[in-house]
Amino acid sequence: MKNTENIIEIKNVSKSFGEKCILNNVSISVKRGEFLTLLGPSGCGKTTLLRILAGFGTADSGEILINGKDITDMPPHERPVNTVFQRYALFPHLDVYENIAFGLKLQKVPTDEIDKKVRRVLKMVSMTDYEDRDVESLSGGQQQRVAIARAIVNEPKVLLLDEPLSALDLKMRKDMQIELKEMHKKLGITFIYVTHDQEEALTLSDTIVVLDDGNIQQIGTPTDIYNEPQNSFVADFIGESNILNGRMIKDRLVEFAGHEFECVDEGFGEDVEVDVVVRPEDIYIMNKTEGAQLTAKVKSCTFKGVHYEMFVDTDKGYELMIQDYNAFEPDSEVGLIIRPADIQVMHKERTCNTFDAEIVSEDRVKFLGAEWECKPQTKFSAGEKVKVEVKFSKVELIDHPEDGTLSGEVYFLLYKGDHYHLTIRTDDRDHVWVDTNDIWDKGDLVGINIAPKDIKIIKCDE
Amino acid sequence: MKRFFAQCYIWLLLIVLYAPIVFIAVFSFTESKVLGNWTGFSTRLYSNLFTGDMQGSGSLMAAIQNTLIIALIAATVSTILGTIAAIGIHNMKGRGKQAITFLNNIPMLNPDIITGVSLFLLFVFLHVSQGYVTVVLAHITFCTPYVVLSVLPKLTQMNPNIYEAALDLGATPFQALRKVLLPMLKPGMISGFILAFTMSLDDFAVTFFTRGTIGLDTLSTYIYTDARKGGLTPELRPMITIMFIGILALLIVINLRKARAARNAAK
Repeated sequence: MKNTENIIEIKNVSKSFGEKCILNNVSISVKRGEFLTLLGPSGCGKTTLLRILAGFGTADSGEILINGKDITDMPPHERPVNTVFQRYALFPHLDVYENIAFGLKLQKVPTDEIDKKVRRVLKMVSMTDYEDRDVESLSGGQQQRVAIARAIVNEPKVLLLDEPLSALDLKMRKDMQIELKEMHKKLGITFIYVTHDQEEALTLSDTIVVLDDGNIQQIGTPTDIYNEPQNSFVADFIGESNILNGRMIKDRLVEFAGHEFECVDEGFGEDVEVDVVVRPEDIYIMNKTEGAQLTAKVKSCTFKGVHYEMFVDTDKGYELMIQDYNAFEPDSEVGLIIRPADIQVMHKERTCNTFDAEIVSEDRVKFLGAEWECKPQTKFSAGEKVKVEVKFSKVELIDHPEDGTLSGEVYFLLYKGDHYHLTIRTDDRDHVWVDTNDIWDKGDLVGINIAPKDIKIIKCDE
Repeated sequence: MKRFFAQCYIWLLLIVLYAPIVFIAVFSFTESKVLGNWTGFSTRLYSNLFTGDMQGSGSLMAAIQNTLIIALIAATVSTILGTIAAIGIHNMKGRGKQAITFLNNIPMLNPDIITGVSLFLLFVFLHVSQGYVTVVLAHITFCTPYVVLSVLPKLTQMNPNIYEAALDLGATPFQALRKVLLPMLKPGMISGFILAFTMSLDDFAVTFFTRGTIGLDTLSTYIYTDARKGGLTPELRPMITIMFIGILALLIVINLRKARAARNAAK
């Protein structure tokens, strides 16, 4: 069965290296001629997925279809895709012309036709007079142009680009972005682009796939991803944002930062805990406090070129970031207004930690690979499988990993206006979420303790 | 003053290092049978060497020929084997890689005499009659690790994406090996070849134990037997001189080329 609209179907692809799960059941459909970007922090699995598409890696499970044809087990040299590598990977023993002609020569294309094609792509990447040059004498940007030319000269159905601009300086990167975008339009082929640079992704893509920790967080157009992030990870990763805990009172009414706001979101139910995102440029700031939805005191004000970036403390003690063309003096009282359409309400992924557990004895329970003391109970007998709930704020983090019942690493942190929401990855690669007022850095090693009274044991559903 | 002593020291060191070879070179221009007896300037020994007109009959020339042929075969075969092994080792992961690299280093640290005796015992045990073939096999055995050692760094320096880029552009793994990998490894293979060639050239212990009793002589075993018979054949003096000057010239050329390459790179 041929699906003419989708050129690539990635179906339920999973991949692990040893214990570490790199891709977890990833499915993506890529439309013909689309510019699709795989975006995520380093280690999120985006490069692994690209390598599986190119054929340099194999998926543990799942399948990949190009033009309706299963290519999951096809060796890389037979795939109708070409790759532009992060560090160019030009052949140093060949000159520019020979590098570009490499693929055509292998296909036994007649010499005069090779000549024509090579000249055409050289023109396309504005490198016309460089054909006899030694590739190692070229600058980074020129090498990347040659690498792109070498890939597109073969007229692949899909061009894979693995962070192709990350080694270039900012100015060159901006220029190359524009050229890539134009090249995509001109060639009309499908581009799959891997990057960790959210701005680059927003600039270039038709569709962005946000990946984290091997899972797809959101698929959408750049405007969707920016304006309507589906979870706090996406909101935090794409652009600057204020992410706060909120409560949906009813349809079109949400409470956060200690105030009630009108919003445009519906269907969350009544009195439901949610995450709220407000972009810093969407908060109106003014000198007078009457008519404002909330008042605040400016803490700092920094000039950023186009705008000023200010941090304010609101009347209910929340910190917000605001971007505005006008500067407001530190310590001045200001009024803030947020329009209903600028409030993005998101489902909370979780409201407390839930772990699978096993009762060890009357006052001991085992979960996350460790034994914990809990409140003495008689409801469950030893050996029984249960679930354990621990509130985010009740997890205690300590400086010395060896002093904790469990140790782990700060994997992700999110500032929520008045506290930090941390994701701790334990040594067994489980996640524990923590709300804290203490300041930790990403990558800090921590010990984890939970007081016996804060471990709530509940029955398993099944 | 301090400088003066430093100078003296370095000259003393150089004299101790080079006196023997200069001594031989000087006495290669006299006809005396006994080294150290100057009987007037003459180039007779040189002409003898090239015309083969000497007491040792043709056995010295035969020994030189054997040495060169054995070194050439051993260096060629070990370059091929060593390069393949290096690529294999490079693609291994974790413990296995460490273990093989470690095992590769042992034969190089092993004294020649142990390699020689153990190969001798192996050939006896396998009832292989010893001669040309066993010497060549033995030389390949101890040369290969050196090739592995000179090719491996080239592989680790290489951008791992380059091989993948070749595959990506439609090359089969074999084509990628031939058109991309081997050209890039060439400098390492050449230095491995030269290393293997010189190792084979001046080997004595291993050859001595594996040449059997058919009277096969390489240069080193020839000189050894000759010296035991009482006094060196006088023609060895011009030969040693020629070899020394040849190697000196080679080193100068290599260094000049390196200096030029460095200058070009700096530009």
